[in-house]
Amino acid sequence: MALEIEHVSKRFGKYTAVDDLSLSIPEKTIFGFLGANGAGKTTTFRIILGLMDASSGNVTWNGKPVDYSTSDRIGYLPEERGLYPKQKVKEQLVFLARLKGMSKQDAEKELIRWLERFKVPEYADKKVEELSKGNQQKIQFIASVLHEPSLLILDEPFSGLDPINVELLKQAVLDLKESGTTIVFSSHRMEHVEQLCENLCILNKGKTVLQGSLKEIKQSFGKKNLIIHADFDISFLKEYPGVRKSSVTPEGIQLQIEGEEVADSILKETVGRGFIRKFALEEPSLNDIFIEKVGASYE
Amino acid sequence: MNKFWIIFFHTFLNKLKTKSFIVTTVITLLIIVALANIMNIIDYFNKEDKGEKIAIIDETGVLFEPLQYQLKGIDKKIQLEKFTGDETKADKQVQNGDFDGVLVLSYNQENLPEATYRSLTISDVALVSSLESGLQQMKTQMTAYQMNLSQEQLTKLYEPVSLKKVALEKDAKTEEELNQARGLVYVLLFVIYFAVIMYANMIAMEVATEKSSRVMEILISSVEPIKQMFAKILGIGLLGLLQLALLLGVAYFSLKQNIDSMEGDFFEVYGFGDIPVGTLIYAFLFFLLGYFLYATLAAFLGSLVSRIEDVNQLVTPIIYLLIIGFMIAMFGLVNPDSPFITVTSYIPFFSPMLMFMRVGMLNLPIWEPILGIAILVVTIILLAIFGAKVYKGGVLLYGKSSSFKDIKKAMQLSKNE
Repeated sequence: MALEIEHVSKRFGKYTAVDDLSLSIPEKTIFGFLGANGAGKTTTFRIILGLMDASSGNVTWNGKPVDYSTSDRIGYLPEERGLYPKQKVKEQLVFLARLKGMSKQDAEKELIRWLERFKVPEYADKKVEELSKGNQQKIQFIASVLHEPSLLILDEPFSGLDPINVELLKQAVLDLKESGTTIVFSSHRMEHVEQLCENLCILNKGKTVLQGSLKEIKQSFGKKNLIIHADFDISFLKEYPGVRKSSVTPEGIQLQIEGEEVADSILKETVGRGFIRKFALEEPSLNDIFIEKVGASYE
Repeated sequence: MNKFWIIFFHTFLNKLKTKSFIVTTVITLLIIVALANIMNIIDYFNKEDKGEKIAIIDETGVLFEPLQYQLKGIDKKIQLEKFTGDETKADKQVQNGDFDGVLVLSYNQENLPEATYRSLTISDVALVSSLESGLQQMKTQMTAYQMNLSQEQLTKLYEPVSLKKVALEKDAKTEEELNQARGLVYVLLFVIYFAVIMYANMIAMEVATEKSSRVMEILISSVEPIKQMFAKILGIGLLGLLQLALLLGVAYFSLKQNIDSMEGDFFEVYGFGDIPVGTLIYAFLFFLLGYFLYATLAAFLGSLVSRIEDVNQLVTPIIYLLIIGFMIAMFGLVNPDSPFITVTSYIPFFSPMLMFMRVGMLNLPIWEPILGIAILVVTIILLAIFGAKVYKGGVLLYGKSSSFKDIKKAMQLSKNE
């Protein structure tokens, strides 16, 4: 039981926005979509939501095709804010929730709960255009979760928010997962994906470059980061066999190496030359992986 | 509640609550009440106006009485006063405001009356023309007198020709009936024309607003675009009917209240005394059909727009269509049975106005309006099917340009391939 995307492609004339995408997103997990601008994330979301039909392939949610009979169970936060600027927050959120099959009374009750949770209960009777961008984003988020969807699709949910509100929203996302919601979200910000997602995929120009669980992806990437802070000159390590990339930091050097054995050999090489204050072998960050995978195909 | 009705009521109630809607409705109502009471308003201001006072310098010594007699029959309010001083003195009194003007009466070489009128300005056309016709009548009588015509001969000379108009068609309307129909049809045509332009524009704006604020994406993730489009069209339609009912109702009652003061006026000639129910039903029907036709068109054109500023650009052609239809209808009011009108009344974009005009003015066999309505209904259905396809893709289409080329793009977007 999950969201299954099977060989989905979407072509606009000659341009292919999504190319043979296959994914399986398990229930009650958070799944991250990563990709540069124009990678096909929004198009994929629109296909999942049934806003667009795929040119080929199909999407099923718990074994059933996604269409307007299932739309009540799905919540969507579009990349750009989508609210009536001139209407009051309460009015339009209740309207949007009723379109998802919720009763007026329930919607009003839930709305107050969410506004209080986001510490903005006074916004209920304000017009959306009077709110700041970040606060509009909170309202937008409420609009997508008010009807307690079992599948929640968030397109760039954290854009335009200050760090405090990002934490507020992240916690809300995690709580929703705990209560059984399957969440799919996209972001440019790798740290958000690293903190939230069990599984993820990286899209580039409509194709999947990488997919799997965060752990697997990091392990299979193989390369690691080695950070050395020392009191003597270690710049000769830049040319050391097995070092792929290097960057000098004020306190020392950061190297990307091909594997643990390279670190071992570097350690042996440097010991005895002077005082080493830090010698750390770290997992690659998602950022490194993304740049490596997507950047490579740019060249 | 069904999602269709949720959107329907949401659209309806939201528009109803907007300030601009309330303000325009109230202003229009005030204008209607003012127009219906126009006679009372004019009378109120005229109470102050005692009529023009004119000094007459009668150089002939005999023309004053006949002129006064003639003018009484033309405009009772004009007061003539014999002035004994000379012209300079009279001019001075005019400048002081004692008189509105000076009329100098004299004879010309042929011994016929001649006059000069002097006043501060000669902008009061009504007064001058009253004076002119008074003088003319006086002159005619004097000429007749000089020619030794008897009063009887004179009467014969002025008796109007009798021209009876007989329509050979059994049910054809008499001239009087035609005039009555013309007035009512004229007013209703205007209402249809304005209402369709206004509400179609409202639809296009609504759709464009939802699209540019991107709320559309959320809406169509909950409801089929087609359902959403028609709920919107019907919601605005109900709003339009409510507004029109309010305006026409107020117009009807305030006219009825004032009908006494209008007796014998053009209101009676143009048949507002008793309104034929049939014409009203046709007006209602053709307004609805015209609205659906143009609203569907406006909705899918509105869906192509990314920014609200571009709405006008795409709606303009629709408005041209309506203006052309209205122009033809105006021509048709004078010539309702011309073949050109007959043919164009079957063109769906024009028939809401033209077929209505013909039904109101002529005694058409029943199949003619029915055929017109049938063509209109089929066109609306075809347009709705086509429009729904464009709409489905259009609402997801964002770009810099908003042009008719986008129709093709939008269709592609809504298709599978």
